[in-house]
Amino acid sequence: MSGEKDLEQLKKEAVAKAKAAAAAKRQAKAAGTSAPKQAENPVEPVKAATPPAVEADSASDADDLAKKKAAAVAKAKAAAAAKRKAMGEAPAEETVAEPAPAADAGDDLAKKKAAAVAKAKAAAAAKRKAMGEAPAEETAAEPASATDADDDLAKKKAAAVAKAKAAAAAKRKAMGEAPAEETAAEPASATDADDDLAKKKAAAVAKAKAAAAAKAKAKAAGVGTDAASDGDDEKAKAIAAAKAKAKAAAAAKAKAAAGGKAGDTSIPETETKPSANQPFLDKYRKVIEENLGADVLEDSYINKLSKDVPTLVAKRGTYFKVAQFLKYNELLGFDYLSELHGSDFETHMEVYVHLYSYKNHQSVALKVKIDRDDPTIESLHPLWAGAEWPECEAYDLLGIKFTGHPDLRRIMLGEDWVGHPLRKDYEPYDVEV
Amino acid sequence: MIRTEEMILNVGPQHPSTHGVFRLVVKIDGEVITEAKPVIGYLHRGTEKLAEDLQYTQIIPYTDRMDYLSSMTNNYVICHAVETMMGIEVPERADFLRVIAMELNRVASHLVAWGTYILDLGATSPFIYAFRDREMIINMLNELSGARLTFNYMRVGGVKWDAPEGWIEKVRDFVPYMREQLQGYHNLVSGNEIFLDRVKGIGTYTREDAINYSLSGPNLRCTGVKWDLRKNEPYSIYNRFDFDVPVAESGDAFARYHLRLSEIEESLKILEQAVEQFPAEGQILAKVPKIIKAPKGEAYVRIESPRGEIGCYIASDGKKEPYRLKFRRPSFYNLQILPKLLKGENIANMIAILGAIDIVLGEVDG
Repeated sequence: MSGEKDLEQLKKEAVAKAKAAAAAKRQAKAAGTSAPKQAENPVEPVKAATPPAVEADSASDADDLAKKKAAAVAKAKAAAAAKRKAMGEAPAEETVAEPAPAADAGDDLAKKKAAAVAKAKAAAAAKRKAMGEAPAEETAAEPASATDADDDLAKKKAAAVAKAKAAAAAKRKAMGEAPAEETAAEPASATDADDDLAKKKAAAVAKAKAAAAAKAKAKAAGVGTDAASDGDDEKAKAIAAAKAKAKAAAAAKAKAAAGGKAGDTSIPETETKPSANQPFLDKYRKVIEENLGADVLEDSYINKLSKDVPTLVAKRGTYFKVAQFLKYNELLGFDYLSELHGSDFETHMEVYVHLYSYKNHQSVALKVKIDRDDPTIESLHPLWAGAEWPECEAYDLLGIKFTGHPDLRRIMLGEDWVGHPLRKDYEPYDVEV
Repeated sequence: MIRTEEMILNVGPQHPSTHGVFRLVVKIDGEVITEAKPVIGYLHRGTEKLAEDLQYTQIIPYTDRMDYLSSMTNNYVICHAVETMMGIEVPERADFLRVIAMELNRVASHLVAWGTYILDLGATSPFIYAFRDREMIINMLNELSGARLTFNYMRVGGVKWDAPEGWIEKVRDFVPYMREQLQGYHNLVSGNEIFLDRVKGIGTYTREDAINYSLSGPNLRCTGVKWDLRKNEPYSIYNRFDFDVPVAESGDAFARYHLRLSEIEESLKILEQAVEQFPAEGQILAKVPKIIKAPKGEAYVRIESPRGEIGCYIASDGKKEPYRLKFRRPSFYNLQILPKLLKGENIANMIAILGAIDIVLGEVDG
């Protein structure tokens, strides 16, 4: 007996020790975190290299939609920005390479399904700027009128000064040569655009549509260049001497395009489409608020990262009540507990429950934040028998105590295990393990 | 008057019929089980804890070792979770390769379930047939991935290896062969009088019980719930294929046995169509960043593994390692109903009931 007691004593001491060590570590971490975190950001190679892209990136980072975007898109963006920058520094090459950034701007817009028109618009605006016209009304115009703008532009061009014309023509010529190349070089970003589209649709449909979109885009590009090459080709030849000026104008244009891109991307990204599950979330919230009162939910939102699942965050005191209501209310009827687990978020513990209704064929995620120092919460076992083992697991690995659980025990680890491994401050009791 | 005494019988953890290291402590009164207590955790490797220090790609091999009879679906679920968070579109060819690999693996997994179940009940030869046919699948998957069980085949954004020359043809030839064998299985076992006596009407539960206990897969469908995530919440390219979701109404061990064989048939249908539509060329890996970082936030996705609903929860703080990773392991959830099923049963039925649930201990213990 005394031997056992000693063991117990030893264990307690070890726990105390481990806890102290963990606390010290945490403190050290807390002191250290802010600095390294800040240091981490600028290390991002792509961003540091291209200041204009950084702005666009961080702006889009803030956006919900942008978060969803693959990192690949960011990369493509950065590449485009780099290209633009290279152009600014080396205008000699830029006339040939210029169409790429314009196309990039179009690609971003393509996600909003206006790729072709937008591209034409951007090109038109840039041209107008190069010619010294007031672009205000035209840029504000609807995308649909972009082709009209092109026509207008053609007329204006005819009346424009020879130098400006030369610049535009040379540029257009460069464009006319480039599109073939550009479309060949573009598939990377094009597929990125496809990615976003496809997410919202079944794969098959998405692919067909994406192909169509790509085609339309190519067509639009073709139209723009066609119109450009119409009357100006011979003149362009004649004004080969004005090349130097054309370069300068084109450089200005590229800059304008870059500016336009940043502006254009930020506008459509802010208008997020409401999720298809939004009505369900509204319904759940309404039913719960009508029956349980307005203050049982801490938060409710659509989790866009998780296939748009409606997510309810219950308050600590109303968790069981909300869960019970979700199961037994006829309008909700969540009869199936798909998943239950806990997480340690250092500031708090969280229990995540994924429910499904075989009656209404709907999912909901229910979450509750609980105190980290005294992680206690009602058990859902009386509602769903399937919660028994997952709750044991959460107790075993995180130390969350579920009141009302019939047999809360360590289910994975041995009964004599010290500590709860999935807690972020866990220190192994036995270093050999 | 016969007097019986309550007795505690320990089964496992090293018992061939527990399919791994699973321990069952049963209280018996004569031959009737009064209480059964499953003891698990012998194979707990702390995958979720380990994953917190691993990059997403590094976690994939760990998932192979959860449900080691169906590693492809495990591979898929974590890739799918990360892809969902990052919004990555998988190339068509990769999707096809994934589906073919997963369905082959599903057939192989059900073959093991079938063979070992019959073995548990005392018939040794069907097991040999099942493993002979499974071996063909394992060989094909070996050619594809370079491993027989722990494939580590999928990556975030696609798959690691393209199909070798002539591989698709092999799969195409396998389908009719397997169909024929399947018929043989039915002839050999499904109508056997002794077998039917042993499995019909035991381990029965209702639809309500199945849902209440969070059962999934054949364990759920045997009670008449027509539910298959491939059909009801389509992922990958499953919505392109024409297949059925077999269901049974009786909710007993025989229904589960029969469902698994029917599911092999459906998987063969999918394989047939997938091989038919297999794109001649294309990328097998989407454009993904070198270092994969899931965006800040959380996601839970679920797919249909041979054993039921396998889910993956990721909480990310935007770093290259997940902040918290959790697998919803179907065997773990499915096993919960066992004490209820065993209570009041004859001890001779214990293994028949346990075997019909079809657990994999690597998955139960995580």
